[in-house]
Amino acid sequence: MSDITRKNTIREKVDVCVIGAGHAGCEAALACARLGLDTVMFTVSVDSIALMPCNPNVGGSSKGHLVRELDALGGEMGKNIDKTFIQSKMLNVSKGPAVHSLRAQADKAEYSRAMRKVLEKQDNLTIRQCEVCEIITDADNLEDSSQSELNINSNVKQRIVGVRTFTGAVYECKAVVICSGTYLKARCLCGEAITYTGPNGLMAANYITESLEKHGVKLRRFKTGTPARMDARSIDFDKMEEQFGDKKVVPFSFSTNPDDVQIDQVSCYLTYTNEKTHEIIKANLDRSPIYAGIIEGTGPRYCPSIEDKVVKFADKERHQVFLEPEGLHTSEWYVGGMSSSLPEDVQLAMYRTVPGLEHCKMVRNAYAIEYDCLCPMQLKPSLEIKNIDGLFSAGQFNGSSGYEEAAAQGLIAGINAAMQILGKEPLVLDRSEAYIGVLIDDLVTKDNREPYRMMTSRAEYRLLLRQDNADLRLRKYGHDVGLVDDATYNRCLRKQEIIDSEVSRMFETTVGAGKTVQEFLASKESAPIKKSTSFAELICRPELDYESIKDIDREREEVYKSYKIEELVDVNHSLTNVLLDIYNQININVKYDGYIKRQKQQVLAFKKMESRHIPEDLNYDDVPSLRLEARQKLIAFRPVSIGQASRISGVSPADVSVLLIYLDSLLKK
Amino acid sequence: MSKTIAAIATGMTGAGIGIVRISGDHAIAVADKIFEAKSGIKLSDAKTHTIHYGHIVSDGQVLDEVLVSVMKGPHSYTGEDTAEINCHGGLFVVKKVLDAVLTHGAELAEPGEFTKRAFLNGKIDLSKAEAVMDLIASNSDFALKNSLKSLGGNVSNEIKGLREKILYEIAFIESALDDPEHFDLTGYPDDLKVKIQDIVTRIDKLISNAGSGKILKDGVSTVIVGKPNAGKSSFLNLLLGEDKAIVTDTAGTTRDIIEESVRLDDIVLNIIDTAGIRDTDDEIEKIGVDKARKYAADADLVLYMVDSSIPLDENDDDIIEMLHDKKTIVLLNKTDLETVTSKDDLRNILGDVYIINISAKENIGLDEFKDVVKTIFYNGDLNYNEDVIITNVRQINELRECLSSLKLVINSIDDGMPEDFYSIDLQNAYVHLGYIIGEEISDDVADEIFSKFCMGK
Repeated sequence: MSDITRKNTIREKVDVCVIGAGHAGCEAALACARLGLDTVMFTVSVDSIALMPCNPNVGGSSKGHLVRELDALGGEMGKNIDKTFIQSKMLNVSKGPAVHSLRAQADKAEYSRAMRKVLEKQDNLTIRQCEVCEIITDADNLEDSSQSELNINSNVKQRIVGVRTFTGAVYECKAVVICSGTYLKARCLCGEAITYTGPNGLMAANYITESLEKHGVKLRRFKTGTPARMDARSIDFDKMEEQFGDKKVVPFSFSTNPDDVQIDQVSCYLTYTNEKTHEIIKANLDRSPIYAGIIEGTGPRYCPSIEDKVVKFADKERHQVFLEPEGLHTSEWYVGGMSSSLPEDVQLAMYRTVPGLEHCKMVRNAYAIEYDCLCPMQLKPSLEIKNIDGLFSAGQFNGSSGYEEAAAQGLIAGINAAMQILGKEPLVLDRSEAYIGVLIDDLVTKDNREPYRMMTSRAEYRLLLRQDNADLRLRKYGHDVGLVDDATYNRCLRKQEIIDSEVSRMFETTVGAGKTVQEFLASKESAPIKKSTSFAELICRPELDYESIKDIDREREEVYKSYKIEELVDVNHSLTNVLLDIYNQININVKYDGYIKRQKQQVLAFKKMESRHIPEDLNYDDVPSLRLEARQKLIAFRPVSIGQASRISGVSPADVSVLLIYLDSLLKK
Repeated sequence: MSKTIAAIATGMTGAGIGIVRISGDHAIAVADKIFEAKSGIKLSDAKTHTIHYGHIVSDGQVLDEVLVSVMKGPHSYTGEDTAEINCHGGLFVVKKVLDAVLTHGAELAEPGEFTKRAFLNGKIDLSKAEAVMDLIASNSDFALKNSLKSLGGNVSNEIKGLREKILYEIAFIESALDDPEHFDLTGYPDDLKVKIQDIVTRIDKLISNAGSGKILKDGVSTVIVGKPNAGKSSFLNLLLGEDKAIVTDTAGTTRDIIEESVRLDDIVLNIIDTAGIRDTDDEIEKIGVDKARKYAADADLVLYMVDSSIPLDENDDDIIEMLHDKKTIVLLNKTDLETVTSKDDLRNILGDVYIINISAKENIGLDEFKDVVKTIFYNGDLNYNEDVIITNVRQINELRECLSSLKLVINSIDDGMPEDFYSIDLQNAYVHLGYIIGEEISDDVADEIFSKFCMGK
């Protein structure tokens, strides 16, 4: 590519290069640096570290789970949003605990600044503003920066050895994590107006696509979009419904002191589109770059633009519109639910039909953005690219959408880059362990045709994967890799012991139908018992819970003394909060015991299929009766287990049974 | 390289011809060791798909006169080299021939192993494998037709339909969780309950038909009861056409339970002959009588043998008590003699039942008996032309699992649980139906399918 690069003699040796400083890049770089590796994080703009170019919030249905899980593993996003949120809400509280999910409005600028501060204070981590233009593998000539002759087949195994920047500096390294977000060959569209920039007019990264392709990495094009921002002074909030934060805020991070997040919160506002809005959109669809065929990338179905919604839900008379502040020190407001790539004049007309926005003034217009990203079948579950050892990737580059999805992958990719350098096994979470496991499995197994968004429905075992027990599920892994310290892990183990012991005690201990018990039940407006009844049965009654039956649980005080709860108390975890947390876990485990047991059964069946490993060198051409499509898909994906094979689209159950029995026969030979 | 296996491929029936199948790399060589062709040709020199006449000789002894077919892989049932020895000497001789094959280098095939190999060698797919093995296990023409229907997709279509309905509900709940703005769950639990109850009804029907299906596949479990010397054993012999039960004129001779299969065109009756029922002090006979009561209680059909030449007594009262709620055919025997007990006498006591005049001695009433049996099992509560009948035990078990999951969904609705809890059990119901038609894979299913059937195929 660039002749200008040749004379630069800067040549550095580091352990890990992270390309990009968005939500994925920050987590990846922090993980590597925290694990003691010399890490450089490249960004096209240091001022845009941890930028939130779209919605001003973190979490939300199922995305909140990702953040909690990431926090349990030792990631930063949860802590950072706890420092910078301006409103917080636990969603779906009317539903079961599996779908409760945290969402917090962020002060965008503060979020970005706070993250930058963490990065800048992190040992072993260097931030470098420049565009990485090439990856360098052992198939390259390190001295020849042109790569012009290079054309490596995707079947050729390579090993990453470094990266080269636009200015020609070479960073030799043992691992690279690509977190390029939406910047690769980015193109922003607002009607007929097209700019070749990344989000917010930031510089696009135009070179690395070619270098990746020359190394046999296959890329494709996705699109996403963002709505307009309005000037608060032009919004009539009186015509909208005010949406408050929770009275009692739950922090994202298990390390944050819940008492520290009870702050004054700002409100958001709810309003609706109407027939007029829809008419304007329909009348101007021909000017939308998507419907006019100008956009090549595939957009997300689940985060659709307003024109998509109007077309797809044609019978809906209105759609929700959320007005959310971008921060405390700006008067910009985000118009949630109305992203669009229509021309600016249509946008303004359309926004102005919405109650409260009649006189709105746009600060930034809505736009769609197209970018290059990876074809997912090239990824291992560790997020390493199959044909290039040491090349990892995360975030929107992997075809996902959303800050939380990006951060979760960034953490895992960073951990696994580090694990590889340290000579340890990669961290791969499966679908029964974490939403992160579901996210990554979906990304690397399913041939997603649109940006992938985390959703509750994607997690099969969600009653076990609750946001409230992410620490109990995942601290162990965080500790194993070295991101969670001993003290934190030990308190988690202690907590689990107490919960288990109390849950069994609730099932084993019974009370008779004596006077005290009946009087207690009467006082709680609960029906009297006829025979001796376990505490668990009582807790299962909707009007009772673990805490409320303490009056008839005579042993409780003694038992708790033996638990030495005070050992779990520290500066961030007051006795009250520790007990609240434990009580909540006991309640959930007792009240939903039957469901949890059945879900665990499902997990057993799932694990059985996951544990049936497929040899890496299996020759699929030797397997009889596989259908051609299945054979091709299996050869392309090379699944690690029967379980993974069964989730590849194009591989039918019949093909999987063929594979199973074939593997059986291999074992017997 | 596959080891060479052998087994009797025709099942353990009393059929005159039995086939010993040998499959594997050395199948033809093994057959050569014990086969002496009339033409003198070695089987290993024979062309594929040829049949050879000769004798099986083992340890210098001629075991049977046979035809041996030679099929070379991949154009055989298993896809491997195969020799099939068609024996003529009945079950005993077939077993002898198999022994000879096994002592000359073949190993006894595991249950279902031929079909498993056929499957592994790409000759058949999994669902066909299961249907094939059902065919082999089926005992009657009806069961055969039903297995063929399974192959043709009758079961699949019904199950697929139910699965789609369940999937729709799962998808709806999930959509509502993901996109509450566009999917509203208000009033949904009540709607869902109605829909689930409809599915439950359909699965209940499949299961109860499965019972009928089982009758037609495995035979109707039938018990003959009656007072001693009423002619039960004689009648059974008449049906069988041979003298199996001990028949004497001394009352109380049949003390052991004798079970025989009788084929009446499409229907197989598995008939248990019982000791005559009378108040007895004889200990051994007493045990027989108790057993008879027990068998009658479990039977699908009870044949009540009445001696028309003697009056009904208190022993008949005991028997009549056993017939309560049972499908019964009364056989009024010895109608060649002077009649003391008439059809009308019996109707007065038993109400509207099938009563047939027979004479075991004179061979009277047999055709009428066959007609009545067919009437009961074809025109009764079973309409096999329209209903989907699942006869496979594995499939029935999956249906039961599905049913209990659906009932748990109804419980959740009744308990007022939030909608996201329904998914767990709906998902289970969906998966269990999937196991039936192979759209869900479990590690065990393939093994299970291949291991539960007869040694043959």
